[in-house]
Amino acid sequence: MIDTDVLVIGAGPTGLFSVHQLGIIGLKSEVVDNLDKIGGQCIELYPDKPIYDIPAIPVCTGEELTKNLIEQIKPFKTNFHLKDRVEEVKKEKNKWLVKTSKGKEFKASSIIIAGGVGSFEPRKFTIKECEKFEGKEIFYSVKDKNFFKNKTVSIFGGGDSALDWAIELSVSSKVQLIHRRDEFRGAQANVEKVKELSKQGKIELLTKYQLNSIEGGSNIKSISIKNEDGNIKKIETNYILGFFGLVMQLGPIVNWGLNLDHKHIPVNTKNFETNQKGIFAIGDICTYPGKLKLILSGFHEGALAARGCYEYARPNEKLKFEFTTTSKKVQSRLGIKRND
Amino acid sequence: MPKITYIEHNGKSHVIDVSNGLSVMEGAVQNNIPGIDADCGGGMACATCHVYVKEEWFDKLPKKEDGEEDMIDMAHEPNKFSRLSCQLTVSNELDGLVVQLPEKQA
Repeated sequence: MIDTDVLVIGAGPTGLFSVHQLGIIGLKSEVVDNLDKIGGQCIELYPDKPIYDIPAIPVCTGEELTKNLIEQIKPFKTNFHLKDRVEEVKKEKNKWLVKTSKGKEFKASSIIIAGGVGSFEPRKFTIKECEKFEGKEIFYSVKDKNFFKNKTVSIFGGGDSALDWAIELSVSSKVQLIHRRDEFRGAQANVEKVKELSKQGKIELLTKYQLNSIEGGSNIKSISIKNEDGNIKKIETNYILGFFGLVMQLGPIVNWGLNLDHKHIPVNTKNFETNQKGIFAIGDICTYPGKLKLILSGFHEGALAARGCYEYARPNEKLKFEFTTTSKKVQSRLGIKRND
Repeated sequence: MPKITYIEHNGKSHVIDVSNGLSVMEGAVQNNIPGIDADCGGGMACATCHVYVKEEWFDKLPKKEDGEEDMIDMAHEPNKFSRLSCQLTVSNELDGLVVQLPEKQA
């Protein structure tokens, strides 16, 4: 059982800055995120894309923003629990007890949900019969490439994951790369490499096709792919890999007794508390009149929610408002030494 | 005010007055049309406001900007009339636009 003041769910920019705001008022926090790295949508959806509306930063990428936020919260030595997801939240006396999918347990006086629009999960094939092969012959990620050795693998997708694995697996497997159009959105170098391997006959490139059906009993024998004109082509295959990016699912959050409004959590605008005392929601996941899904709004919400958490963590103390510029106490929390 | 018709996958049709300047996505979300999720809020970052534009309207729409086709790759069962409704801005020229909604968004 990990004891802390605040459990922050979500390691996107909003969650990270709330850690900062908690830290400077002297509260400890722990962060849980479903992804394998810190940064949330910024790192998963647009690491290289420029952001132009962070105050006082004319332009930065999602990755740069994340790096700077990590740097900014370094003094607080926060623990991150990545690739883990909060499953259960329940109240015991005046504490929240939290359990994750990996079985970790936390006890916190409050919770800040900074969960974007839920947790990221791979987008799956839409055809019904795919379900029974998922995890056996249909995969959305590769754990061990040797598993596919000397087999025929049909890879679907047009981004870097699809291209990377097509290139990698073409060394020891028969690879068919299937994509719905001629252009690929992956990095230019990857696209060229795939085209080169296709010329050499090491990758069979089938563009303007999408999966239509799967044939086979307990094992996949072949698949049918269909182009926009309705022409169907049948190809033999052993395994199917789908790389269609990620989709956001609200997941277990729906079971925590929170009011929901179209996949969002209504909050007050005083401190972004939800209908559950001690659970706050900030960033893209919260909603209130006038809500904007901007990173800067998430920062503001985090600052106020942190003060809201203080009342639960230190019920007998009054929080004094202080500036980082002048407060010795705050600066010592930030690890800054002054000679005065 | 321009009228936009949203046809759900089950065939149910909704004719909505949408103000000029809003996106086709916003018109759906503000009027609680089921079938448009718009998880990212209009940032062309999630492909959950995917629609099929009625054939006769498709060529009348402004062309896709960089990135839209990339996101459509990830949409649920895209076809050649696929657009992201967050990228379609309502104007008088779009009065009468008909879009069909996919079976699901994700």
